[in-house]
Amino acid sequence: MKKSKLAIIALLACSLPLVANAHRAWVLPAATVLSGENAWVTFDAAVSNDIFFTDHAAMRLNGMKAVGPDGNEVELQNQHTGKYRSSFDLELSKEGTYKVFSASSGLRARWETEDGKRGFWPGRGETPAPGEFKKAVPKNAKNLQVSQSSRRMETFVTAGQPSKTVFALQNQGLEMEPITHPNDLFSGEKAQFRFMIDGKPAVGVDVTVIPDGGRYRNSPNEIKATSDKKGVVSIEWPSAGRYWLEAEYQDDKAAKPATTRQGSYSATLEVLPQ
Amino acid sequence: MIKKMTAMGLVGMAMTVSAQAGDMALSLELPRIDVAEYHRPYVAMWLQNDDSGDVTNLAVWYQLDKRDDKGEQWLKDMRQWWRRSGRSASMPLDGVSGATQQPGVHSVDLAKVADSLAPGSYKLYVEAAREVGGRELLKIPFQWPVTSSTTLETEGKTELGKILLNLAP
Repeated sequence: MKKSKLAIIALLACSLPLVANAHRAWVLPAATVLSGENAWVTFDAAVSNDIFFTDHAAMRLNGMKAVGPDGNEVELQNQHTGKYRSSFDLELSKEGTYKVFSASSGLRARWETEDGKRGFWPGRGETPAPGEFKKAVPKNAKNLQVSQSSRRMETFVTAGQPSKTVFALQNQGLEMEPITHPNDLFSGEKAQFRFMIDGKPAVGVDVTVIPDGGRYRNSPNEIKATSDKKGVVSIEWPSAGRYWLEAEYQDDKAAKPATTRQGSYSATLEVLPQ
Repeated sequence: MIKKMTAMGLVGMAMTVSAQAGDMALSLELPRIDVAEYHRPYVAMWLQNDDSGDVTNLAVWYQLDKRDDKGEQWLKDMRQWWRRSGRSASMPLDGVSGATQQPGVHSVDLAKVADSLAPGSYKLYVEAAREVGGRELLKIPFQWPVTSSTTLETEGKTELGKILLNLAP
């Protein structure tokens, strides 16, 4: 009982960023650029309205992973989940760039039954095997909409010299391939990131970048950008600080039985002063 | 191959310059800062070639004596130096690493650097970062070599005082 409840909350938290104007899920490192031997970084993870203010719900850590510069998984240490946020620590025992991420993808279906009732699959909190689609959706479903959806949330930290091994693409869902290293961002400079959908450049990705500290401003000061025909987005950083980047993509080039393909990506980035 | 020849050419030119006894010296002031908790600043000084971006480290002053190299943990607070050079270097840097210094005027002998510096357009950078304090980055652009003795200067507002760069042919 308890387990399934947790799973429901986790799935809800995960699916929230897909909903427009909803709560935002983020993972925030206390530092992104580290020097010295065996640096440690502590992270907060939460779902909130205001970026980086823990005002809504803790993010469950069961889907969170970290990978090191050698491509091996790194343990999330000292995990804790409180009312409004989860936290964990990462030990950077090797030089290079680490990625902390959470990613999932799958099919979703919506339809109407013959007597006009709405149906959807998978049910809330369920993570079915792909093959279950045929069994779950009635043959005579009307207005059937099937989407292939993916979500991914990432952040990066670097000890010493930045490296690129953690940027290797999975070629599944919406992914970001840095052109500018995400731990080499400075105010007044331009950064470029390439977005990929299922391993191919994603054209027309809507990107929103929100600076930290919204509570102390009267406007969110969002930066909007759209990816070009190579999937590339350029962002010029107006000032140093932490930023939350969100990217949304949708098209109808889905593999059957899906009719639409949608991807959501978010990243926490730190920009340093000149 | 062509690149290699150019590099050799540059070395050759640099050697010619050194034969002409080019000289370089730096004087740098660390201001006395009246605060309850004062820590000597970390300071990095380097030259950057405007065309190639190549960095020549002149000096890096940081906490050397802490056990387990804990002092290296704060090297990244010299943000630009860390980015341009520090993060790809293996500390300590021979002839460059040094202990943190007291407030006052310090001179840095750059005769050796002047001997091997290729002709070109450069910037001298001085960056200071102080624990529980601020950070300041200053730069002085210059051409090397010089035909007559020149003193270039700039002055910081918070973490750094007056900086003088003496260049001689």
